[in-house]
Amino acid sequence: MTSPQPKEPATGAPQQNEPRVSGESSPDRTRLLLTGLWTLERSGAMEAAAGDLERIGAKAAAHGGALLIDLAGVAGLDTAGAWLIDRARARLAQAGAVVDVRWAAERQAILLDHAHYRSFEASAPRPGSPLVNWLANIGETLVSAGRDIVAGVSFLGEIVASLLRALSHPSRLRPTSITYHVENFAFRALPIIALINFLVGCIVAQQGVFQLSRFGAAAFAVDLIGILVLRELAVLLTSIMVAGRTGSAITAELGSMKMREEIDALRVMGLNPMEVLVTPRLIALLISLPLLTFLAGLSALFGGLLVAWGYGGISPEIFLARLQNAIGLNTFLVGLIKAPFMALVIGVIACLEGFRVQGSAESLGRQVTASVVKAIFMVIVVDGMFAMFFAAIKY
Amino acid sequence: MSQISPLPDEPEIAIRVRDVVVGFGQKLVLKGLDLDVRRGEVLGFVGGSGTGKSVLTRAILGLVPKRGGSIEVFGQNLDELRGARRRALERRWGVLFQQGALFSGLTVLQNIQLPMREHLQLSQSLMNELAMLKLDLVGLKRDAADKFPSELSGGMIKRAALARALSLDPEILFLDEPTSGLDPIGAAEFDQLIATLQKTLGLTVYMVTHDLDSLYSICDRIAALADGKIVATGTIEEMLASDHPWLRAYFHGQRARQLALPQA
Repeated sequence: MTSPQPKEPATGAPQQNEPRVSGESSPDRTRLLLTGLWTLERSGAMEAAAGDLERIGAKAAAHGGALLIDLAGVAGLDTAGAWLIDRARARLAQAGAVVDVRWAAERQAILLDHAHYRSFEASAPRPGSPLVNWLANIGETLVSAGRDIVAGVSFLGEIVASLLRALSHPSRLRPTSITYHVENFAFRALPIIALINFLVGCIVAQQGVFQLSRFGAAAFAVDLIGILVLRELAVLLTSIMVAGRTGSAITAELGSMKMREEIDALRVMGLNPMEVLVTPRLIALLISLPLLTFLAGLSALFGGLLVAWGYGGISPEIFLARLQNAIGLNTFLVGLIKAPFMALVIGVIACLEGFRVQGSAESLGRQVTASVVKAIFMVIVVDGMFAMFFAAIKY
Repeated sequence: MSQISPLPDEPEIAIRVRDVVVGFGQKLVLKGLDLDVRRGEVLGFVGGSGTGKSVLTRAILGLVPKRGGSIEVFGQNLDELRGARRRALERRWGVLFQQGALFSGLTVLQNIQLPMREHLQLSQSLMNELAMLKLDLVGLKRDAADKFPSELSGGMIKRAALARALSLDPEILFLDEPTSGLDPIGAAEFDQLIATLQKTLGLTVYMVTHDLDSLYSICDRIAALADGKIVATGTIEEMLASDHPWLRAYFHGQRARQLALPQA
C-alpha cells in the first residue's frame, strides 16, 4: 500500500544530506538503508523518501523475506522523520511483511518510540445523503435566523427599557460617561463631517448653477441648495459618516469587551451592561447627531455660497436673501427632526452587533462590518420613510 | 541533563546574552545583562514582577529592540542575521506565550499546522498526522483538534499552544509562565509534560516562571533577575545558599518553606 505523494517542486540548489533510501537484497532478507537528514528541514524530500521506503519495502516484501529498516546512515532525526519511518514500518507490517527497525543511536530509539505510528481515523463525516444534509442545513439556518430575530427584538426591548429607566431616574444617568462620548462622537468627528458637507455643498451648487443656467434660472440654484441640503443631504451624509465612524467604534469596543469577559465582569458586580455601556453611548449619539447635522448644514450652505459666488456670480448678499425666501423653518426642522431617529438606528444596531461578537478575532471583524453595513442601509431606509411621511402631511 | 551530546560543530551554549541593555523612554529595564543557556538544559528564569523577565525573553526573540549588547543563538549573532538565515534560525525555536496566543479564527489543528504550512512542503494528509501526533504528545484528546481556542479551558489552551510551539520540532523552547493559571495538579502535569518532552526531544528549555514547584521539579539551573541584571545562576541548592536579599526572600519565604520542608 502506497500513499499518494505530492509532487513537490525542487527547492533551489541540490542540498547535501538529502534523505534517501537504498535497498540491499540478500536471499533471506532485504536491508533498507536510510541516509541523510530525516528532519523537517528537508520536509518535501523526506516525505518523498518515506514514499520510496514504502514502495521499495513493498516490492521486496512481495519477493518474500524479511525487511530490515536500518537507520545507521541517518544524520539527523526528529519527530516528523521518526513518524514517517514508523508509519512506513507499520504499513508494511500491515501488508503482511516482516519488518524490523535497527536504530543506531539511543536517541533514535527514543524518538521512534515517542512518535510511534498510531492511526488517526478522522471522525466519520456526517452520515446521510447529500439531500438530507442540505435540507438539514436549511433547517438549521432558518432556526438560527429565527433565534437571531428573537434575540434582536429582546435586545431592542432591553435598550428601550434601560433608556426609559435612565430618563425617568436622571440621577442614574452617567454625565461623565455621556460627556466623554459626546466629545468622541461629535467634537472629534466635526472636522471631517464639516469638510465632507462643505465639499458636497460646493458640488451641488456647481451642478445647480451649471444645469439651471441653461434655462436662465441660475439664481434658483440657491433654492436648490437650501432645500436639498437642509432637508436631506446634511442629515444623510452626517448619519452615514457617523455610522461608519462611530457605529464601528461602538461595535468594536463592546465586542472586544465581550471577548475579554469584561461585560461578564460588569454583570457579576451587579452592574447592568445596558445601563453602564449602552445607555450613555445612545444618549451621547442622540445629542451628537442633531448637533453635527446642524453644523453640517451650515457647512454645506457655506460651500454652496462660495461656489455660487465664484462660479455662478451670485453675490453673498443675494445668496442670503434668496435663501431666506426659499426656505422656511420647516425646511430646517425636517432635517433636524430626522437626526435623533438616525442616532437611535445607528446606536441600536452598533450595540446589538457588538454584543453578538463571539470568541474569535474573525467574528469581531464580521460584526463590525455588519454593524456599519446594516446601519447605513437602515439610515437610508428610514430617510426614505421620513420623505414619504413628510410628503403625506405636506410639511 | 539530557543524554544527547551536542553536535561537534555547534557550541555548548544555546543562547549567549552579553551586556544587553533594554529601556523604554528614560527607564532602563535591563542594564547590561549577561546570561548563558546551555544546550539541553532546562533553565528557570525568576525575578519579581516588573523586573524585566518578559522583556529579556522578548529581546531574545527580537520582539523588543535592545539598545546595546549582543545576543547569540547557536553561536550566531542575531543582529547579523538577515532574511533567509534569520528565518532558518527562527524555525529552530518555539515559543509558548503566557496567554497561549492561539489564533482565535483557526481550530486547534489548524493552529498547529500553520507553521508547517508556511515553512514546509508537506502533503495535507501528513500535516494532519503530524499535528495529531503533537496533540497526542501534549496530552490533548483527539476531539480537541477541531475546536476553536474560545472553546478550550485554560489548561487545554496551554497544551494546544505548546503543541503549536513544538510543531516544527524546535531545538529551543521558550516558555513564558507555562503553569500560571493552572490548578496545582494541572501545573504538575504540565511540568512533567515539559520534562518528558525535553528529555525525549532533547530540547533546550528557557522557562520564565514564578512557580516554585516548577523550579524544584524540572529546572536544571535557575537564573535570577533583579535590578536589571542576573544576580545569580545555579542549581536550586545554590539558590538556597545565596545571600542575595531578594533570593533569600524568594526561596526562603513562606511559600518556599512549605515546599522545601518535605524534601529536606
